[in-house]
Amino acid sequence: MLNVSGLHLWRGDRHVLRDVSFSAAPGQCVQLTGKNGAGKTTLLRAIAGLLEPEEGQVSWRGSPARQTRDEFHAELAYLGHEPALKGDLSGHENLRFSVGIRRAVTADEIGAALTRTGAAGFSDRAVRMLSAGQRRRVALAGVLLSGAALWLLDEPTTNLDVEGQQLVSALIDEHLARNGIVVAAVHHSLALTSAGLVSLELGAA
Amino acid sequence: MATWTWFHRFGSPPWVYGFAARWTPWFGGAAAIAMLVALYGGLVLAPEDYQQKDAFRMVYVHAPTAWLSMMVYTTMAVAAAVGLIWRMKVAHAAAAACAPVGAWFTVAALGTGMLWGKPMWGAYWVWDPRLTAELVLLFLYFGYMGLRAGIEDPVKADKASAVLAVVGVVNIPIIKYSVEWWNSLHQTPTVMKMGKPTMDTDMLWPLLLMFLAFALYFATVLLIRLRAELLRRERNASWIREVLS
Amino acid sequence: MFFMIVATLFPLTLTPELSRLRDAAPGVLWVGALLSSLLALEFLFREDAQDGTLEQFALSGQSLTWMLFAKTCTHWLLTGLPLALSAPVAAVGLGVPAGAMWSVVASLALGGFALSLVGAISAGLTLGARRGGVLLSLLTLPLAVPILVFGADATQRAITGDAIAPPMYLLGAIAVLGVTLAPLAAAAAVRIGLE
Repeated sequence: MLNVSGLHLWRGDRHVLRDVSFSAAPGQCVQLTGKNGAGKTTLLRAIAGLLEPEEGQVSWRGSPARQTRDEFHAELAYLGHEPALKGDLSGHENLRFSVGIRRAVTADEIGAALTRTGAAGFSDRAVRMLSAGQRRRVALAGVLLSGAALWLLDEPTTNLDVEGQQLVSALIDEHLARNGIVVAAVHHSLALTSAGLVSLELGAA
Repeated sequence: MATWTWFHRFGSPPWVYGFAARWTPWFGGAAAIAMLVALYGGLVLAPEDYQQKDAFRMVYVHAPTAWLSMMVYTTMAVAAAVGLIWRMKVAHAAAAACAPVGAWFTVAALGTGMLWGKPMWGAYWVWDPRLTAELVLLFLYFGYMGLRAGIEDPVKADKASAVLAVVGVVNIPIIKYSVEWWNSLHQTPTVMKMGKPTMDTDMLWPLLLMFLAFALYFATVLLIRLRAELLRRERNASWIREVLS
Repeated sequence: MFFMIVATLFPLTLTPELSRLRDAAPGVLWVGALLSSLLALEFLFREDAQDGTLEQFALSGQSLTWMLFAKTCTHWLLTGLPLALSAPVAAVGLGVPAGAMWSVVASLALGGFALSLVGAISAGLTLGARRGGVLLSLLTLPLAVPILVFGADATQRAITGDAIAPPMYLLGAIAVLGVTLAPLAAAAAVRIGLE
């Protein structure tokens, strides 16, 4: 359902992505590995459509993602380095806004997602007062709530403790079981119970 | 299809480089000849203006540079739009090459205008719509070049400055029509009018030839700058080594 | 606040004579409005770009154009409109007659809205550029000139008692043009800036 073919991308003079190709079907998780600077973030952003590749194509459900951009984005949840939360709002309010602009969402749904990611206890505090790990848990709840079929996760376990890392693996497992697709840059091993884990190494010249 | 091949050729940096190299001397030569003939016609042959006497001869430099400052901007905006829509690197390079040339034309237009304004209106500068709009055009050029300089990533710089160029093109009609829309000190159009121009033929032909000469000059300079731009952008590409050897 | 400071500095440095200040009043008010607007525009997208929420707007599957339009309107409601409403205080200090106040506020409000729209484009273009603040001012200026010219004209006519309708219509036309085109250009600029 997600098809990446012949992707080339330059950042300035650096040929960051060289002929990257892969496919991901429902229930599959593609783990991106590689050294720092190998292009994992670049690839995730290119798939999301934030970066335009010089050559190659990203297709979703058979059509080029560039042409069906808004529909593609409606089915996509991207979690980048920053948790994308406004500091002055509480976790709950943040999710009500960020998910609300995508689809109608009830307070119960938000509460349930926050509980699942272990963020319910501090979801009423202003985000600026939370620790980095707590913010990440709120952000993960946002990914859960998005209802997106495709998850693009860039180092989702940053700032999380061991229990948090296990949480991420569990969330991915549950998403794959729902026939979702995950493309994730994770620097440690994802102990997934499902069999759909594929590894893609970047930067191997 | 013939037009499509031609379009594709213009998308190829090596081909454009060769094209520019071949045509530069022709454009340059034509520009030089046209300018010499036009200057002779305008400064020597043309009669004095009954009102302005010899001072009117400033028009032979002022009008073409002003007209070109706008034409270059439009060219830049079109190249930028082509670069954005069809993602042609060469188009972005052309837009970048146009900018400093256009800025200099604008400075020349403003400068010659000031030199002409003193004997005509008694002042070097008046804040009338056309002059102000031309000054705004200069700021647009500076903004374009400043934006390019301020963004590190070359692809991002290309695209952002392209958006700016396209947005700024709205200023061109304002300059052109400002003398008609507002009561202005500046002379109303006498050449670029529908119907016959109202200028005397003896004065007119050198002026038209000067327009052409300056346009050819712009083309020459653009081709030279474009080659330099392409060399800089494609410095790591293999075709560069072949060309330079 | 900045606007008030600017409006106070002019009488202090130029002349305390109200009649002479009155001549300069339209210019002072509008330059002050522009400078305040430029200062505020820097923050239109900056915070959102840094904490990642601007990216999420671009990825939401919703129209980025509309979202940026909404942001611009909010920005104007929080900066341009208060400035316009507080203008009478500054205007009094510049010798503007009381009868002109309504028109001064109206012209500054409409002009401020147009400035915010136009400024959104330059704010989007300068995301991530070096010395973005200076560049923002340089890029906004050419597009802001018509707004300033007509706005100052409207204020001037208000002071002398002439009909302000002609320049106000033109300001309105610019605002309408801005509403239709500026958010589109700003969205394109933001997407490029996010790369």
